[in-house]
Amino acid sequence: MRAGLKVLVPGLHTTVQDLGRPGYQAIGVPVSGALDGFSLRLANALVGNPPGTPGLEILISGPTFEVAANTVRVALAGAGASLAIGAEKARVEAGQSVTLPRGEVIEVIAGRQSASCYLGVEGGVAVPLVLGSASTYVRAALGGLEGRALRHGDFVPLAIARVSQRAELRLSSPMEATGDQPIRVVLGPQQEYFTEKAVAALFDAEFRISQSADRMGMRLDGPLLEHRRGWDIVSDAITTGAIQVPGSGQPILLLSDHQTTGGYPKIATVISADLPVVGRRRPGDTLRFTAVTVEAAEELCRAEERRLAELAAQLEPVPDRAGIDLGSLYDGNLISGVVSGLD
Amino acid sequence: MKVSFLSAGDRALVVEFGDRIERALNDKVLRLDASLRSSGLPGVVETVPTFRSLMVHYDPVATTRASLERAITGLLDRQPVPHGAATLWRVPVCYEGEFAPDLAEVAHLTGVTQSEAVALHSAVRYHVYMLGFLPGFPYMGDLPQELALPRRADPRLRVPAGSVSIATTLTAIYPYESPGGWHLIGATPICLFDPVRPRAALLAPGDIVRFEPIDPASFASIKNAVDNGNYEVASEPITDPLSSLPGLTRQSTSQVLGDCVDARHKAGHDG
Repeated sequence: MRAGLKVLVPGLHTTVQDLGRPGYQAIGVPVSGALDGFSLRLANALVGNPPGTPGLEILISGPTFEVAANTVRVALAGAGASLAIGAEKARVEAGQSVTLPRGEVIEVIAGRQSASCYLGVEGGVAVPLVLGSASTYVRAALGGLEGRALRHGDFVPLAIARVSQRAELRLSSPMEATGDQPIRVVLGPQQEYFTEKAVAALFDAEFRISQSADRMGMRLDGPLLEHRRGWDIVSDAITTGAIQVPGSGQPILLLSDHQTTGGYPKIATVISADLPVVGRRRPGDTLRFTAVTVEAAEELCRAEERRLAELAAQLEPVPDRAGIDLGSLYDGNLISGVVSGLD
Repeated sequence: MKVSFLSAGDRALVVEFGDRIERALNDKVLRLDASLRSSGLPGVVETVPTFRSLMVHYDPVATTRASLERAITGLLDRQPVPHGAATLWRVPVCYEGEFAPDLAEVAHLTGVTQSEAVALHSAVRYHVYMLGFLPGFPYMGDLPQELALPRRADPRLRVPAGSVSIATTLTAIYPYESPGGWHLIGATPICLFDPVRPRAALLAPGDIVRFEPIDPASFASIKNAVDNGNYEVASEPITDPLSSLPGLTRQSTSQVLGDCVDARHKAGHDG
């Protein structure tokens, strides 16, 4: 029998994502992948997966699944998010793995702290790789489940039907909200296309993420950024995090599914260490920007890698609750432990 | 060689050769791209050639902007290398009726007859400058000057897959149905992008394209063959399109276009 998760409620925009499909931008294929790659990797660490294992990206509102495998081990990563298990809606906070038997219902409560959260599943979501990646790119229907977001009635195939028997893992301290610290950018590549006033406004003003935001990018409401040398450049390549400013002067912060090339000047680029932070901001949230050098941004990237490695190394086993029956498992507000024998 | 290195965050840098759409500039981009790809510099994740610049994506855990800049400067100072294998493709296009919704307007605006517009468009060998906008979408040029027009003032929300289009000095083919602002003067039944075939994008930067007019009946029969996975786009290898245009080898090769049905079907979801 195929192992999977049956989709009872799809959520606003739930897609299969891994760390993307680099290597094909030269033929026009966006990298895609998790908006918050940091949290996807954390979710994978919690269920014992390699960092780039395909999981589910959940935006704004969470899906509900029914377990259609002997057992599944899942973990959610995302500040303020939690799982509600079964009719009792027993809560399992983000940052902890839990193993569940066939027929169990898992509701993802996305919460309001973060726009995105990630469900890691032991063994991973088993969709065919397209150009080396499971990531869903909806615009060209690549990857994921038929190249689209999940729908009611879908079956999300899983790689394994029965999970390993071991203690559950949790973060040594709960996931914290990211806060509203300024987003760090490197100026360029086309900052010279903008007036000094526009560059100053980028750093002095507060921008608000408009409702026009998706995995391709977010339009930012705030002061219009004025061009000095026109707004029509000979199309060149775009990298994730670029802040592109079309003729209207309204900046667009480009995210994972952005087009590979474009003809508007880009005033600055969000550093890679802060892309996950941007991926957690919701429409209506404010953004401030501050400038760093390329060298500083590279060092911040390496520091972020070390931080993730430390978090993964410091995962701690949840005290063993094996042997208790399902009823008492649900009586507690914490579902954990090996539920072998239930399947 | 004089280039500018532009910052694009901590995971990419831009090597810019100029700011025009020009074969000579694009040739430099493609040559640097070829030498970077063959040099195997540590930490380079991928390179993206465009009209007039090369974006180099890198991993800051494995390298730095400063060391890449030094290495790229070294590559640029060496003797230019050919940019490797390229192909001349003969792309069938129907320039008639419903396949060419903007042809009459283009003829009117440019002051030629419709048949002259078709003759002009299909008489030229186009250079593939770059791919972008959509998977497999080729920016090709240069268009005969007589056909140069700005983009449409009113972009379409739905341009059908396979549409052959023109704008400014360029011509392109839409691999997927998508919004678009170019003038649609024909359509091709061939499949430009299919992620499951070994060469996902039919065209590569540096390739040469010729459009060959076909009638609606041929369009239908080619489309049927494409959908059944047994149509091959006629092609010929060329060693270096910029230096050896007259000396084309006429050895026949072809690209099998199987498995297009799925990609096309999926593309239909976009709007």
